[in-house]
Amino acid sequence: MLEVSVKKLLNSAHGQLELNLGFNVPEGEFLVVSGESGVGKTSLLRMIAGLMKPDAGSIRFKDFTWFNNKTHITPQQRDCGLVFQQYALFPNMSVEDNLKYALTKGQLMTDVEELLEIMEISGLRTQKPAQLSGGQQQRVALARTLVQKPKLLLLDEPLSALDRPMRIRLQEYLRKVHEKYQLTTIMVTHDPSEALRLADRIIAIEGGQIVREAKPTEFFGNKSLSGKFQFTGTVIALQAEELLVIASVLVGNQLIKVVISDEEKQSLRIGDEVIVASKAFNPIIKKI
Amino acid sequence: MNWQPIILSLELALVTTMLLFLLAIPIANWLAETKSSIKPIVEAVISLPLVLPPTVLGFYLLVAFSPNNAFGNWLQNTVGIQLIFSFPGLVLASMIYSLPFMVQPIQSGLTGLSLNMKESSYVLGKSRFKTLVQVLLPNIKPSILTALVLSFAHTMGEFGVVLMIGGNIPGVTKVASIAIYDEVESLNYAAAHQYALILLLISFGILVTVYSLNKKINLTSQHA
Repeated sequence: MLEVSVKKLLNSAHGQLELNLGFNVPEGEFLVVSGESGVGKTSLLRMIAGLMKPDAGSIRFKDFTWFNNKTHITPQQRDCGLVFQQYALFPNMSVEDNLKYALTKGQLMTDVEELLEIMEISGLRTQKPAQLSGGQQQRVALARTLVQKPKLLLLDEPLSALDRPMRIRLQEYLRKVHEKYQLTTIMVTHDPSEALRLADRIIAIEGGQIVREAKPTEFFGNKSLSGKFQFTGTVIALQAEELLVIASVLVGNQLIKVVISDEEKQSLRIGDEVIVASKAFNPIIKKI
Repeated sequence: MNWQPIILSLELALVTTMLLFLLAIPIANWLAETKSSIKPIVEAVISLPLVLPPTVLGFYLLVAFSPNNAFGNWLQNTVGIQLIFSFPGLVLASMIYSLPFMVQPIQSGLTGLSLNMKESSYVLGKSRFKTLVQVLLPNIKPSILTALVLSFAHTMGEFGVVLMIGGNIPGVTKVASIAIYDEVESLNYAAAHQYALILLLISFGILVTVYSLNKKINLTSQHA
């Protein structure tokens, strides 16, 4: 169990912001923290990792106190791993050396080999980070973090610099390692479909406070929408015809056209994340 | 031709550069990450040799190290080091004189690195020292090369500080730049010419090497 209760006065571009957050994360949970940029999500992760000192409160993981009014242990002493959005690999080292760097004294090379296999990057082992694509770099960063076998994994928008297909692939890797290594994971994201796909629970932060907390399906306020099946996608076009409007929604790499009313069109913009659901029809499954 | 002044200059520049490198790294690293309010003062002190006439620096060092005052006396009689008119004194003076040339490029190199890189290493459980030596410094090679070469070349070319604190003792403190001055004073232009030409060629050679190395490093990092 991770118990977090922190206060911190932040100086942001929009003036001062008082962060006041308290929540618990049971072992093995995949928690997603969502919110607009500048609400203190990254600061929260940095405080848990020990890179930023809270003004007050406490942080406990398992039976260890990481922070309270008397203690503030260094990042090095905390049993946690952190994956940044980007630019965190060491450019002077090859992929393999980046992973080896994370080994602790006496740890065997087999741990590195295993992660190279799991993340499917063993073919890249001699390459330098600058030669890799964004998606490959993040797989290396994730693998490197897991070398030290942390029990708590912190992810600071690790996929937001990637394009959508790559993001979906990496989400699968994240889910896979979360389960395989029985991690407790906290991930910051502002992508609802990502939250929906990965989270066991979602908390939303606004103005430095937790404003909502729910399971993913409840979180998006769709209890009324008890569809037979539903997908999340992105609106890529809104085409007004004579009497109606056609919304083109990209789900994965499938394009779906949905007829919507003029009123609904007013509330939608291109780029919005939406749920496409069907209620009345029975979906057909056909093997391909 | 007497090669001694040239060799002495090279020796002085080499020793100064090596010691200064070790001294400058902790200073540059501190400057790159500190939020302390005394940072501007420390930066100003380090940069002073850039704007002060070398004779001013040399004069103060001469006064400080002189056995006629308490500090110089203590150095000479208790510690057993004589710093004026000696090679160790020249090294110390040169280190102070070239300090900004070593610190500034390394500091700006470290400041330019992504903060994530350093913090990743800390979260991976690695100490600040290991992070500095294995992650940060290897990623600012061009800055380190610039710092080393500027310090070396600057020490080779110094004159005022050396003259004030070292004087003109052959084989001990008579470096090439002093030798040129000496030869000109005794109207021996041919010898002055030889020293001057050699200094010119060495300086030019060093700079060409640096620029071509830096070009190579930049090319590899772009391709990488």
